[in-house]
Amino acid sequence: MPWENLLPDRQPFYVGSWVYVFGVVTIAALVWVVLSGVVLAAFGPQWWHLSSAGRFFNSLHFWSVQVFFVFMVLHLWGQYFMASWREGRAPTWMIGVVTFAVSIVAAFTGYLSQQNFDAQYIAMNAKDAVNATGVGGFFNVLNFGQMYGLHVMLLPIAIITLVFLHIVQVRMKGVVPPLGHEVKPAVTWELRKK
Amino acid sequence: MISQRSAGQAHDQGIRTIKYDLLKEIAIAMAVSLVVILGLALFLSSPDVPSVTIQSWAQADPADFTTTANDELAGSSVTASYGPPYNQGTGSVQSIGPLSPQSWAGVHVNVDQPNDFVINPLKQAASNDAQLAGQIGTYQAASTEQQGKWHDAYATALKDAKVTDGKVTVADGDYGPVPALLARLVQLAQTGALDGLLLSSNHFYQTDYTKPLLFINDGGYIAGVAHDQHLTGNQWGMMNETGLYPGQTWLWLYTLWYQLPPFNQVPYGDLLVVLVMVLLTTLLVLVPFIPGLRDIPRWIPIYRLIWRRY
Repeated sequence: MPWENLLPDRQPFYVGSWVYVFGVVTIAALVWVVLSGVVLAAFGPQWWHLSSAGRFFNSLHFWSVQVFFVFMVLHLWGQYFMASWREGRAPTWMIGVVTFAVSIVAAFTGYLSQQNFDAQYIAMNAKDAVNATGVGGFFNVLNFGQMYGLHVMLLPIAIITLVFLHIVQVRMKGVVPPLGHEVKPAVTWELRKK
Repeated sequence: MISQRSAGQAHDQGIRTIKYDLLKEIAIAMAVSLVVILGLALFLSSPDVPSVTIQSWAQADPADFTTTANDELAGSSVTASYGPPYNQGTGSVQSIGPLSPQSWAGVHVNVDQPNDFVINPLKQAASNDAQLAGQIGTYQAASTEQQGKWHDAYATALKDAKVTDGKVTVADGDYGPVPALLARLVQLAQTGALDGLLLSSNHFYQTDYTKPLLFINDGGYIAGVAHDQHLTGNQWGMMNETGLYPGQTWLWLYTLWYQLPPFNQVPYGDLLVVLVMVLLTTLLVLVPFIPGLRDIPRWIPIYRLIWRRY
């Protein structure tokens, strides 16, 4: 796909339902998750417990995560019932589901990094499941430093990379046509070229 | 956004297309989502119930703290017999037949609970307390059998313990130096000193709370606090938050299994739940290739609502 066609200026007519908005809102919420998280990380993990400004940014982070997940789940189920993996779009679906799974791990490490009672008790509860799988010695949910590092650096990089790959797949394969009306893949940049 | 999409329809190669401005749509989505998030943050804030500390535990329930410390010394606590990754015990090792990844992984986060939780903090406090140093010496010089008798007798006596002004008293008996040692440990805990001593490991900076969290988890006090906050396992605790805030609701399926047999009845329930979730997640990833799962959207025609205008 040429760079000049990275952003679409036309879409097939059937792209006309609110279901298509769920994915865009998920990305929008992810932007607010990252930005509010950057502010929280810049001031350190204690800041939000000690200042009203910190508490406000934590609240922004908290609620943007909630919005992110609500719309990601709506997007996932919407795409499922549209059978969006048809006609060569399986990689798009698979990257999306992996993104969902990695986002759950990222959110989990975020909850563990809160440094409050919820974080404390979730860690105590979760350790048995993590230890049972044999990874507890390497992914120690009782180790705040490890969980915080994963939450603010490695997992966000993974999510942003996966979301980028997901969007590139959507652009390369085009939007899936309606069930029962399959046509040649509606790759809009190719349509535009002709 | 939808109406804007409808504008400027065109036909090309047999597929009708419409004008589409992705940047505009993202900008609108970001603006609307920001308004919603700002509103929620301003009006509902976010949860921040303070964590339980060793100090708050010892102050609120010194009898439970003393009982737990006695168990740690006696080797009868959950942590003492836990197993990997903390020690070589088997008490919390989960296996399904020959499948035992917890055992295979081995010990990687060493926890020596009698010394880490009790003896070493007391030794630090004994550096300027000859009487305490003598009591520690007496305890360590005793045989394992004798220590066990002291701990068993003291554990029995603690069931009828009385607490006066934060101090734990029990009926007279042969407990050796154990009551004196644990009374000093309670004192250290109630002043807040033990919170710091449990984290010290020859480094100034600390971010690993494994030891104090395991110690607190061995007691009964925190479970009561968690129950009040509806966070325990049988209250769907993994997906809940303190207060009335939404928690990790996306973990509902993971949490669901813990409410159902056989998951909540077998000793390897955690391992079973994780394996089921790994299987379900793999199936979700591979939906495009699994007959039946990939056909459900055709059988349940929700797509007709989505594409009703087509």
